[in-house]
Amino acid sequence: MSIWIGEDAKVLVQGITGNQGTFHATKMAEYGTNIVGGVTPRKGGQIVDLGSVQAPVWNTMVEAIEATDADASVIYVPPRFAGAAIIEAANAFSQVRGNGVIVCITEGIPTLDMVKAVDHVHNTDGVRLIGPNCPGIITPGETGGSKIGIMPGHIHAKGRIGIVSKSGTLTYEAVAQTMSIDEGQSTCIGIGGDPVNGTGFIDCLSAFENDEQTVAVVMIGEIGGTAEEDAAAWVAENMSKPVVGFVAGMTAPPGKRMGHAGAIISGGKGTASEKVAAMEAAGIRCANDPSEIGAVLLESLKTAGLR
Amino acid sequence: MNIHEYQGKQLFRDAGLAVQDGVHCTSVEQALAAYDALGGNVVAVKSQIHAGGRGKGSLHSPQSGELVMQGGVKIAFNREEVETYAQNILGNILVTKQTGSDGKRVNNLYVEGGCKIAHEYYLAILIDREEKMPLIMASCEGGMDIEEVAEKTPEAIFKVHVDPSDGLLPEQVEGLAASLGLAGAAVDSFVENISGLFDLFVSKDCSMVEINPLVRTEDDRIVLLDAKVGFDDNALFRHPDIIELRDLSEEEPTEVRAKAAGLSYVKLDGDIGCLVNGAGLAMATMDVIKLYGGEPANFLDVGGGANEEQVTTAFGIIMEDPNVKGILVNIFGGIMRCDIIARGVIAATQALALEDPLVVRLVGTNFEEGRRILAESGLNIHTAETLAEGAKMIVELVGGES
Repeated sequence: MSIWIGEDAKVLVQGITGNQGTFHATKMAEYGTNIVGGVTPRKGGQIVDLGSVQAPVWNTMVEAIEATDADASVIYVPPRFAGAAIIEAANAFSQVRGNGVIVCITEGIPTLDMVKAVDHVHNTDGVRLIGPNCPGIITPGETGGSKIGIMPGHIHAKGRIGIVSKSGTLTYEAVAQTMSIDEGQSTCIGIGGDPVNGTGFIDCLSAFENDEQTVAVVMIGEIGGTAEEDAAAWVAENMSKPVVGFVAGMTAPPGKRMGHAGAIISGGKGTASEKVAAMEAAGIRCANDPSEIGAVLLESLKTAGLR
Repeated sequence: MNIHEYQGKQLFRDAGLAVQDGVHCTSVEQALAAYDALGGNVVAVKSQIHAGGRGKGSLHSPQSGELVMQGGVKIAFNREEVETYAQNILGNILVTKQTGSDGKRVNNLYVEGGCKIAHEYYLAILIDREEKMPLIMASCEGGMDIEEVAEKTPEAIFKVHVDPSDGLLPEQVEGLAASLGLAGAAVDSFVENISGLFDLFVSKDCSMVEINPLVRTEDDRIVLLDAKVGFDDNALFRHPDIIELRDLSEEEPTEVRAKAAGLSYVKLDGDIGCLVNGAGLAMATMDVIKLYGGEPANFLDVGGGANEEQVTTAFGIIMEDPNVKGILVNIFGGIMRCDIIARGVIAATQALALEDPLVVRLVGTNFEEGRRILAESGLNIHTAETLAEGAKMIVELVGGES
């Protein structure tokens, strides 16, 4: 098992004919992701050469899902069109097969577009949105696996640790840390660094709790909002598996946006120390330094009798 | 992106919302003419800077740093007072709770007609991240610091969430008016103005609108006496009219230049420069420098696909800061290959004749190749395997306490 995305999930690429779309679709296919085609309006009928795969292009998501019965789509369209692409995908998955996972990689989408898109997805049964402004989701396999996003595939290996994170490169750091203690990953999810996003920490934690393959979770947060605090409260009440964490931004000054649109301490809220305190209080052991995540995880696995 | 109060008031006026008449001025003469034009009655003389807390701030001479006047917003009862206040404000440095001790030079002034205030309220519209929808917040404690109110008497803040599917419903605004204790004609005026303000928030892609104070006049009208308006940077592409309101002199010049180069930079007070890919990792790098006894000089995210040129620009920006005594480069190469970064680092250090200690930590795609290139460059570049090792190394090299 794994969460939401199986090793052989059928994946469509929205924006497949663009530079980013073609580049990352090629990387995903190389990794072993089952890319079944793509969508670009007015480019239907074309074939995109992804090296190992010749990907057919459709004009609309409805046509593409009807033709391929895809399980998921990944969005690489420019920010100004991304909100509409999410809504199109949600409608198409819901209408054609009743469910689907939408992964939006695009950074820089207007917040109010995301408010609309997230609300739409929320009101569409069976559809899940991951992102935006995130590295995506990956379920490593024995050989290959399903990489839906921009993360470097080769650093991963199939295993029993779930990873959920707001940040991209810090997720890779967490993956490397699990590998340093000879643990692989069940599924790794980047939920993204925007103020308004789809899937949150609690959705991921809850899915990991119910996933047989996952025995422990690494959760990486950062300054801004109160999602980490809410997740900590949820963990204290509901989680039986060990969770270890890290929160970036201890030294971030208030009122300054730290790269991610959502990474800002405003009105005294969203500081890293508050988040770490809430997580520790919920039994989530936090590393002070990302280089220590492996050691903290190993300790937690031992305590739980898993090593 | 933020704008000045006088610009915000003009947006409000154009949207048909209730604001007092006022004139934007950049000289004492203009301020006096504005006083006359506004009928020679009581006016407010208001410093225009992007930071809040102006009323309780203090004005200082840019040369001597001496205190010139307490309060960046003044009520003038006659022409002489307008002249005094305008002189004391323009060209001087306004220090408020939000500007930091360096303050901001005041180049703009807003002279606004007074009104007879019966009560001051607080009102703000923003995006509630957790509920993922717009939120209207209001309180009867106008003019006060809302963070203080939120901390001491959170029950005094009334909240209305606006469901994106339904939009703002008239009964929601009426309910908010009732919560604030409004009655009679003031309710109608409140509903009209707040509904209009919400429409403006949505149509202009605002990130925040704060009216502190929003006032009820003695004749039961609601007036937006303040205007703090911020816009979503990601949506500016569809608002050319808003982009024109940008005042670059209010922004940190290095941050503006970094942004133009596709980099995300925030200056801090320490002496160790950082160059990192990814916002989360960049924050973590700062944190780890601090953890091992150093002080980060900046946040700098070169993004996921940085090339040699961007790395050079990034080095240049870091080195402009005279406090920087050493640099830590921390790259987790995913899409970005470490050998390319290594070549960029070498090109940049040579082009900029970098003499400060430099520690480079490269991991991920092609990291062996990257490290080999650095080792063979003959340059004085230290390499580290982990972030902790890199941080300890740079802290030691710049002579921190660890």
